[in-house]
Amino acid sequence: MRRLRGEGPWAWLAAGSVALSLLLLVALLALLAGRGLAHFWPGELVQIELDDGSRFAARPGREERSAEGVERLYHTGNREWLGTPWRWIEVARIVEQRRPAELVIVERRRWGDFIGRVAGLEEDGVALDIDDEAARWTTLDERLGRLAQLREARDALRQQAVMPRVRALAAEQDVASRARLEDELAAANAEVLALQARMARDRVVLESVTGERLALPLEEVLALQRPNAMSLPAKLGAWGERAWRFLSEGPRAANTAGGVWPAIFGTVLLVLLMSLLVAPFGVLAAIYLNEIAHQGRLTRLVRISVRNLAGVPSIVYGVFGLGVFVYGIGGSLDEWFFSEQLPSPTFGTGGLLWASLTLALLTLPVVIVATEEGLARIPDHQREGALALGATRLETLRRVVVPMALPAMLTGMILAVARAAGEVAPLMLVGVAKLAPQVALDGEFPFLHLERKFMHLGYHIFDVGFHSGDVEAALPLVYATALLLVMVILVLNLTAIFLRHHLKARHGALPR
Amino acid sequence: MLAQPDTPAANASRDAVIDIDPGASCLEIQGLSLAYAGTPALSDLTLRVPRHRVTAFIGPSGCGKSTLLRALNRLHDLNETVSRRGAIRLEGQEIHAPEVAVAELRRRVGMVFQTPNPFPMSIYENVAFGLRLQGGLRKRQRDEVVEWALRSAALWDEVKERLGASAWSLSGGQQQRLVIARTLAVKPEVLLLDEPASALDPISTLKIEELIRSLKSQLTLVLVTHNMQQAARVSDYTAFLHGGELVEYAPTDALFTNPRLVRTENYITGRMA
Ligand SMILES: Nc1ncnc2c1ncn2[C@@H]1O[C@H](COP(=O)(O)OP(=O)(O)OP(=O)(O)O)[C@@H](O)[C@H]1O
Ligand SMILES: [Mg+2]
Repeated sequence: MRRLRGEGPWAWLAAGSVALSLLLLVALLALLAGRGLAHFWPGELVQIELDDGSRFAARPGREERSAEGVERLYHTGNREWLGTPWRWIEVARIVEQRRPAELVIVERRRWGDFIGRVAGLEEDGVALDIDDEAARWTTLDERLGRLAQLREARDALRQQAVMPRVRALAAEQDVASRARLEDELAAANAEVLALQARMARDRVVLESVTGERLALPLEEVLALQRPNAMSLPAKLGAWGERAWRFLSEGPRAANTAGGVWPAIFGTVLLVLLMSLLVAPFGVLAAIYLNEIAHQGRLTRLVRISVRNLAGVPSIVYGVFGLGVFVYGIGGSLDEWFFSEQLPSPTFGTGGLLWASLTLALLTLPVVIVATEEGLARIPDHQREGALALGATRLETLRRVVVPMALPAMLTGMILAVARAAGEVAPLMLVGVAKLAPQVALDGEFPFLHLERKFMHLGYHIFDVGFHSGDVEAALPLVYATALLLVMVILVLNLTAIFLRHHLKARHGALPR
Repeated sequence: MLAQPDTPAANASRDAVIDIDPGASCLEIQGLSLAYAGTPALSDLTLRVPRHRVTAFIGPSGCGKSTLLRALNRLHDLNETVSRRGAIRLEGQEIHAPEVAVAELRRRVGMVFQTPNPFPMSIYENVAFGLRLQGGLRKRQRDEVVEWALRSAALWDEVKERLGASAWSLSGGQQQRLVIARTLAVKPEVLLLDEPASALDPISTLKIEELIRSLKSQLTLVLVTHNMQQAARVSDYTAFLHGGELVEYAPTDALFTNPRLVRTENYITGRMA
């Protein structure tokens, strides 16, 4: 403050602009964090009686003021009976509002949330005779635990016994071993089925506040909460668990529920591949332009063109990628190497490889410009020092010039990552998918499947926000995903910045 | 006198140019002219540099001192705009002859620049840089050479505890001595110093000057300096250049106490910038 005094209006204007930018940034993050993170909080459930005598249980949401009065949005769940899980209610019509501790919200595999009471438990279709409320909850928890164990066992069996045999069968020619494999596969499948039969044993009987009943197989339950009976630590735990599931699971219900793990994975993998592709090209091009090429008119022209390429709209790169990479190169690759699979394309359609190549092209100018600036900053006497000791130009480059320009190269990579991670438009042309639960990296040879389509956080936001049927359910997901995208970019950038700092710390600042 | 074309103008100035016995000379420059993109920077320079002596080049800014020094280890090779005429001989061997490898020449004729330019690596690696380029040394031998070079550059005691530290963590004066050590490590015959102390404080300057005097027994030194006292203190011979020409060349004592030409006198007494 004191420093600004007496500097005149310009200093204040400049400081004000900085403050405003920071404020906007903080506001953006706060909005995303507030809306996005609140989505996972196990908010209280209420049971409401209206002036016409009707009742329902729901989780209250936002309010809107209109000429008629205040309206509040309720998440009622129970889509199979109510048609829609959302309901606007005029607050004035509410006669009674209670918070019974036994109200549950059940996240189901199908039909969205259920809100109501647990009326009982069934085992093989026979109702269990438990009167005590507390005992019923412990039994339910036990059985959910058992189910989780069974599910784990089944998934492991699928991974370790079924899938390898299916793959082996596809490759095996010999009749005898085929027969043996088929037998083994049948046995493994029978085991899986047996496990699944055991998983189907339990059902929970649910009852809505208006009396509709439903016997839900426990298998269909993704999460079951009694928010009104939860203490604060329990709520925090439930919040963490839901947030974790959001991060670690795949999407469900046309992307309006479930998690975004494939999208996170796709985004990070895409950016890493892009970096791997763009770094050597950009750096070599910059070295050629700055250190090797004759500094004539042609070099200047190339340099200006490269700088201008940085300003080309990203969708144009998308079109280029589609035309050249996907149809051109991909189409030819399919004809040469994957002709037995035609007409269904392998590389002749959008995929991870083409998308990362397109992004690499998009960020190439940034890397070249940043690297060139770094190279130009190295004083000539540094190069001459090496030459004067008898080093060749190549040795000088490798041992003196490149190490000194490394921080600038990393700056270029930081800018490239920042630009690439946020791009959506070109990806829509070259391989992003609405739903691609299979991530591109797995245990199956060749492990990294560059031809696969992938999910992307940016595109996920677009898809969930604009193409989903249930806008009210989608909105918090949009905020949460946007927050996540910002975080992912931040982490990628911080990694690069940390790396650069580390390099700089090793040799101190560049002497001037 | 040397064998050279006898033009009256050349004779007039060459009265002030002493002749070094060819047997005692290390570098011989003959009729050297050099131009940057057609603009002459050196014109028809002829002199001999005595072996195992310190020869100082003085002259106003822009008179071509650095240009001359850089010509001596062929640093101009990289600049396509430079055109050159005349001969430079190192121990009788023309340095531009096709059979001379430029890397080998530069190893024999080391150069230290005005601004310290240590490489982005550890102190040890800086000194070992030239050795590694040549290859063929075991680690033990390399360690010995590095220590010898650092001792010769009067830096060993200051850095022996932290040879692995970044060279950029040294002070300016230490960096300059490190650069000298780095050059000494490849055992050059000639050491070219282009204003090596101009960026340094008085104490570092003194150290460098002591160093120059002590190195004289091992190699031939050529020093460019703007500082008359420095030239007087450390050099055995001094050459005064002006406008790309060699004006006067004499033993240092003689040149400073009894200059032959008015132009030289004006310069050393400070009447000409
Ligand atoms: N790379 C270059 N390209 C074009 N002209 C140059 C170049 N280097 C030097 N010159 C010119 O050549 C002349 C001699 O320069 P030089 O650097 O040799 O002077 P100097 O005696 O070392 O001066 P100073 O004492 O200031 O270092 C100057 O007129 C300078 O402008
Ligand atoms: Mg100079």
